[in-house]
Amino acid sequence: MGVAILGAFSLALAQPAAAQDWFKTGTGLGVAKARVAAPDLAARSTAAEPLEKTFHDVLWNDLDYSGILELVSPSFYPVKIPGQPGELNATDWSSAPANAYMLAYGNLSIEGTNLAAAGFLSDVHNPTAPIALQKIYRGTATDADARRLGHQFADDIIARLSGGLPGVGQTQIAYVSSKSGNKEIWVMDYDGANQRQLTHLKSITLTPRWSPDATRIAFTCYAPYRGTTSAQICIYSTASDRLIAFPRFRGTNSSPAWSPDGSQIAFMSSQNGDPEIYITDADGTHLHRITFAAGVNTSPAWNPKTGRQIIFVSDRGGEPVLYQADADGSNVQKIDMPDMGYVVDPAWSPNGQLVAFSWRRPSGNFDIYIMDIISRQLVELTRDAGRNERPSWAPDGRHIVFESTRTGTRQIWSMLADGSQPRELTYQGQNESPNWSPR
Amino acid sequence: MQGRTIRMLGMMLGLVGLLTFVSGCKKKVATPPPAEAPAQPPAQPTVTLNASPSSINAGDMVTLSWSSTNATDLDIEPGVGKVAPEGHTPVQPTASTTYTITATGPGGHASATARVTVTPPAAVAPERPQPGLSELFEQNVKDAFFDFNKSDIRADAREALAKTAEFLRSYPQIRVTVEGHCDERGSTEYNLGLGERRAQAAKNYLVSLGITADRMNTVSWGKERPFCGEHTEDCWQQNRRAHFVMAH
Repeated sequence: MGVAILGAFSLALAQPAAAQDWFKTGTGLGVAKARVAAPDLAARSTAAEPLEKTFHDVLWNDLDYSGILELVSPSFYPVKIPGQPGELNATDWSSAPANAYMLAYGNLSIEGTNLAAAGFLSDVHNPTAPIALQKIYRGTATDADARRLGHQFADDIIARLSGGLPGVGQTQIAYVSSKSGNKEIWVMDYDGANQRQLTHLKSITLTPRWSPDATRIAFTCYAPYRGTTSAQICIYSTASDRLIAFPRFRGTNSSPAWSPDGSQIAFMSSQNGDPEIYITDADGTHLHRITFAAGVNTSPAWNPKTGRQIIFVSDRGGEPVLYQADADGSNVQKIDMPDMGYVVDPAWSPNGQLVAFSWRRPSGNFDIYIMDIISRQLVELTRDAGRNERPSWAPDGRHIVFESTRTGTRQIWSMLADGSQPRELTYQGQNESPNWSPR
Repeated sequence: MQGRTIRMLGMMLGLVGLLTFVSGCKKKVATPPPAEAPAQPPAQPTVTLNASPSSINAGDMVTLSWSSTNATDLDIEPGVGKVAPEGHTPVQPTASTTYTITATGPGGHASATARVTVTPPAAVAPERPQPGLSELFEQNVKDAFFDFNKSDIRADAREALAKTAEFLRSYPQIRVTVEGHCDERGSTEYNLGLGERRAQAAKNYLVSLGITADRMNTVSWGKERPFCGEHTEDCWQQNRRAHFVMAH
């Protein structure tokens, strides 16, 4: 399921930058979003209260940011909040002022060191229908687990309301942070929680990319070797918390990207002179070159749906812009833009229909755009808010993470794929190059 | 675009095994050449600043020399103050220092910087194969500067590289790492490629001047190791360069 982009595309296509008006599009514009009420769960003991707060905060945040539903304001709740289906009076919720379509509710209890959250989702307009979701989420009685279970409940609700595509509550974002004094690879939950440093290479690391199974992160590293320091491809296993072997190549090697089946890695390498795109198996064997054009060729991005096309950046025609080719390097095609400028950082949406990228217009600033790869229609997602670069799609295709300097420092932000609801995820140090885990 | 073919020369030679001296914190900040002056009065002041040697042990002296055009007022910080339009002065920094000269004239302002790296006395210098050679290297080897988004060798870069080639011809035992650098305006990933192209362009130009390719190793730092941190055209020009580092 992708993002439905509705709006005035034609405005962007025909006119030069100076004359282009700022326009806004939306996800599911013209479609009423389901109104969902998500009151606090019933805490079955005093000890459960702080964990209920964490659980509910996470649930609320995930639902609020899902892009597919509208939350009922707590001020419209009826007096009596159910903790289980037997306590539910559906018309309390379906009628004004709540006017809810669905109600997410439940209870939370601690038994010894265990935490159990019973979550329910009921169609309050159709009280005789079976309960849409009823599940007990179990973990230990810790704040971290309360957070994890809250994400699980939210993901299940979103899956029910979006035709089976789960939410992104349990996904992670890899990024580069200089918080430790060097640019290292860090990881955080999709909502900015649990920020933690993965690498301790104490040099420069750049461009992290999750493997499709989210067990490894390939990135650009500057680890020295026998007296020579050059950019190389490094791979970190998040499963075993260590670097795993990948061969060194001559020259500058950067911007690794995984094929959707995880069996291959495309990257830029200057091992034979010009920076060109090469592909190897994920263990570094079977190296072959797929671009043959003087200039810089970099930032490969595979079509995650088919694995058969690659979009990349090349300056073979002057300024860097996007090109599309088959994964074997054949059928190279320039992706023409309606205006001048420097087009980089391509990121293919999970359904293969849209490409997000950053575009440095002649005015000098970078903004995030998405393009429908078939129709070549464009939507601008950021504007007048610092430099905005390096978009990366969430696996639901509804969210994009990117870096922005809009606060004066470079930080990681996420937004819905229509540009709405931008959220700052990092605040300390300089943070850049986010990559959303594919699961 | 134009000027790409020269970079294809000399790419076949193996560079593996060159020992690279990578400048951890030792960065030479040379003065970029003045950009082409626009033909409109009053003329924009230009200024250059050079520190010689740019790398000393604590207690040693450094000579700062400068020249300027179209400037009425020049100031060197830290610790020197107002100076004549052209001249030189000894300084004795006790710690690594970046000297900045600011030129003011009817046409505006210009500035240039020179970095002096000071080795503290406690850290006894590791045995140098040839004392004095690194100083000579710093004095004689000139970096090549580039236009935005370009890796073409400009006229001023040809002059700089001719001096570099002359030095390398005189010291055939020296090997160098050519570092490509970019300014902050481009994108991180693209700049890694562009930096490599700049390093290779400088290397290939030296090859055309008779320096053998296997004495030179190229490395791209993209925009990760800027020489200058301000968001000005002067600074950006400082950062668009091929920088030479002596490999030990």
